[in-house]
Amino acid sequence: MSAATPRFTFGQAAVALAIGAFLVTFLVVPVLMVIYIAFTNPDGSLTLAHFQGFFQLSLMRESFYNSLYVAVMTVLLSTLIAVPLAYLTARFEFRGAVLIQTLGVLPLVMPAFVGASAMQLLFGRSGTVNLILQDAFGFTLPIMQGLNGVIFVETLHYFPFILLNVTVALANIDTAMEESAQNLGSSGFRLFRRIVFPLALPGYIAGASLVFIKVFDDLGTPLVLNVTNMLAPQAYLRVTSIGIEDPIGYVICVILVAFSVSAMAGSMWFLRGRDFATVNRGGVASLRRRLSPWQSVLAYGWIIAVLLLILSPHLGILLLSFSKVWSYSLLPEAWTLEHYPAVIENSSRMIWNTLLYCGLAALFCVIIGTAIAYLVQRTRVPGRHLLDAMVTAALAMPGVVLGIGYLRTFKNVEIPFTETALTSSWVIFVLAYTIRRLPYALRSCMAALSQVHISLEESAQNLGASRRRTIQRIVVPLMIGGIAAGFVTSFITAAVEISETILLTSRESLAPMSYGIYLYMQSISGRGPGAALAVITVLIVAVGTYISNHLIRTRAAHQTAAHIKAGAK
Amino acid sequence: MGPNNKVRVDISNVSLAYGPTVVLRDVSLAIEPGEFFALLGPSGSGKSTLLRMIAGFTQPQSGQILVAGEDITRVPPWKRDIGMVFQNYALWPHMTVAENVAFGLEERRLPTEDVRRRVAAALELVGLSELAARRPGQLSGGQQQRVAVARTIAIEPKVLLLDEPLSNLDAKLRLHMRTELLLLQRKLGITTIFVTHDQEEALSISDRVAVLDAGVIQQVGTPMDLFDNPVNRFIANFVGTINLMKGELRDGGRVFEAPDIGRIAMPPGVAPPGGRVEIAFRPHALALVAQGAAGGADRIEVPGTVSHREFLGEFVRYRVNVGATEIVADQTHYGGQPDFAPGAAVAVRIDPAQIKFLAA
Repeated sequence: MSAATPRFTFGQAAVALAIGAFLVTFLVVPVLMVIYIAFTNPDGSLTLAHFQGFFQLSLMRESFYNSLYVAVMTVLLSTLIAVPLAYLTARFEFRGAVLIQTLGVLPLVMPAFVGASAMQLLFGRSGTVNLILQDAFGFTLPIMQGLNGVIFVETLHYFPFILLNVTVALANIDTAMEESAQNLGSSGFRLFRRIVFPLALPGYIAGASLVFIKVFDDLGTPLVLNVTNMLAPQAYLRVTSIGIEDPIGYVICVILVAFSVSAMAGSMWFLRGRDFATVNRGGVASLRRRLSPWQSVLAYGWIIAVLLLILSPHLGILLLSFSKVWSYSLLPEAWTLEHYPAVIENSSRMIWNTLLYCGLAALFCVIIGTAIAYLVQRTRVPGRHLLDAMVTAALAMPGVVLGIGYLRTFKNVEIPFTETALTSSWVIFVLAYTIRRLPYALRSCMAALSQVHISLEESAQNLGASRRRTIQRIVVPLMIGGIAAGFVTSFITAAVEISETILLTSRESLAPMSYGIYLYMQSISGRGPGAALAVITVLIVAVGTYISNHLIRTRAAHQTAAHIKAGAK
Repeated sequence: MGPNNKVRVDISNVSLAYGPTVVLRDVSLAIEPGEFFALLGPSGSGKSTLLRMIAGFTQPQSGQILVAGEDITRVPPWKRDIGMVFQNYALWPHMTVAENVAFGLEERRLPTEDVRRRVAAALELVGLSELAARRPGQLSGGQQQRVAVARTIAIEPKVLLLDEPLSNLDAKLRLHMRTELLLLQRKLGITTIFVTHDQEEALSISDRVAVLDAGVIQQVGTPMDLFDNPVNRFIANFVGTINLMKGELRDGGRVFEAPDIGRIAMPPGVAPPGGRVEIAFRPHALALVAQGAAGGADRIEVPGTVSHREFLGEFVRYRVNVGATEIVADQTHYGGQPDFAPGAAVAVRIDPAQIKFLAA
């Protein structure tokens, strides 16, 4: 590059500025607003009185401990389920690998709050399992009682984050690391404890911190299970019952943000300099051991038990959607098909709303994601890393906090040229979903662009294509798999979003499907139609997940070819 | 770490195949106590697999591996007491240098005091005592290798295995470490087997070399023996540079006739009496002179034209077109030595005693 080359073009700076303004308006300002209100008196003077008030309420102290307890217990239980499964797939030769991959994806296609009501029917006090236990052995297990239920449902939903991260981490460990330990006399559990687990620890920490954040911030699951003595439900209840001015709600938000951000920052701090990415260097492909017969029994037993547990909410919802009456019985006592037509007729508005909000949000996500990826990886526009950092921070922003922040920040703002308030229009959903799903889309776009070798662009420019034409004809076509995967991921995760959705739904005609399910599940008679709507949602999400996996896989193959052609190492 | 622990390693009739792909075929080797033994071969020759078998990471489908006369073929790696230094060193990034070196001793449940003493001794031996508290990521490639060596010899293994030990080092360091490894091995007296694809490396430091190709041992011998008496075309080509020419011996070995270069008269008593052979001779074992130059009556003389000339410092490498083939000729360079430009008409003079006859 000659000294005369400017560091960036006007167009690049304009794009960066526009994205920056968007992020500041709809991410930074709402969060700061929440924090500001938590620390100020109505007259604007600084105060800690709201925090004192918070800790003086025994319900708040209880909610605080409960949220911490639930998040920590969920991480522990998820670890117990996920780590053995990950170790099994990565280090042993057996045919259960497909099963375990299924285990990893299945829970993700069904939002935790949807599964929660089915779990009540299966594992609740008078649910299927406890009825059987009562009949056979004369006792019941309080699996779904209070906090136990939240922990149980969240664990089954979120353990895949640990499973996937640890599996990848294990697969990335150079086999020589373990072989050299064996060579020096180590084997069995000692080998695992001293070498394998420490090397996979970064992956574990990444997964575990994510689980902690998700569970700590979750609003939908506790609400559906009618557990309100936790932080997120309390924030929601204070704001909706006492009012948007109640400072305690904001204090809760600050606590949620503080814990989420410190969990994320803590894991990043821990991972710093510890990224033991020690991929094989031409070594032998795998170090898979054979399972002895009794090990096989144990392994398959474990996998099947976990699979059954994971399938139970899916099965439960499916049964519920066809049931006329299901209470105090092993299985539904009367069957019906009418929930589906009813739901499609009554809720077509919600289905349409979901498609509209999530489709638009996903589109904005990939456009902004692609732009930021390009700015970060290919230009020297000042502040490009700040954009990346802001989006990444959105990952740690609880939906409840953003929801409350939006309601407060934009409460008197009207959409230009209309008489409608922003907070009571459908536009707010699109904005909220875009901000919250942007981190996923950005990761996808970043990865896609980093796979496009720079020489492919340089050769286009060398042949006369301008920077804009190069992006249009070379960069975007080569990134398209990643962009599409980012779109689908953003779409399906937005479709099952519940925390912000509950807060932002000002009237029923604006509600998306996720809110519909939540609403139906509130009443006994609504369970059937709610389940039917949930099945439809899960199908949409499952198809989306399948498409996105497919896109990622073909992209990988495609990109390898581009890689080789580019002569990269 | 005394010299009394020298053991022999016997590999007998070891075979391994994955489906139709033969990895090792009926490999037998006897490695003497205290020997510095090289397994040399191109990539895919099976040399690394053989080394991994000795360490226990791969099982042969048939055959046996004996260490000090004891069959260890089915013993798991962690019970073998055979130290291996991995190609990429495989230092654990979550442990310090000292913790890495202590690992094997701790696995052997040695008293803390002994562990400390032996770690210090091993690090002292490789000259890294002052880096004990560092992490592997903070070390240079050469230092990492020393740690890997220290970690392995700390357990005082019966046999030391080195997998391409110098391949990850830069050229200068490689020469240095090569000497150091040999000195260390001599000091410890430990039976050492090392794998390499670099013939120069194998020839320069090992006592004996086994050359593998396509899973089969082609030749075993001292470096000089392999260089001087290659048993087949593969060895001749793989060990050093050589000129090869296929042809037929006639008239009781008095005439060598090759389609590329025509008839060459052979002095009596040099060649076998007849049949199809391949003659082989080294580029440095021949002389290049102007055509029609005097002398050379006791040499085989072949006329040709210089096609290419490379100046390599100590010598000049010429490529000479002879008939339809090409002969590589290395001429030592010093003051007053004649220099031939491409296109020059020259004669290649070959000392008959330096010609090897290989079965064609």
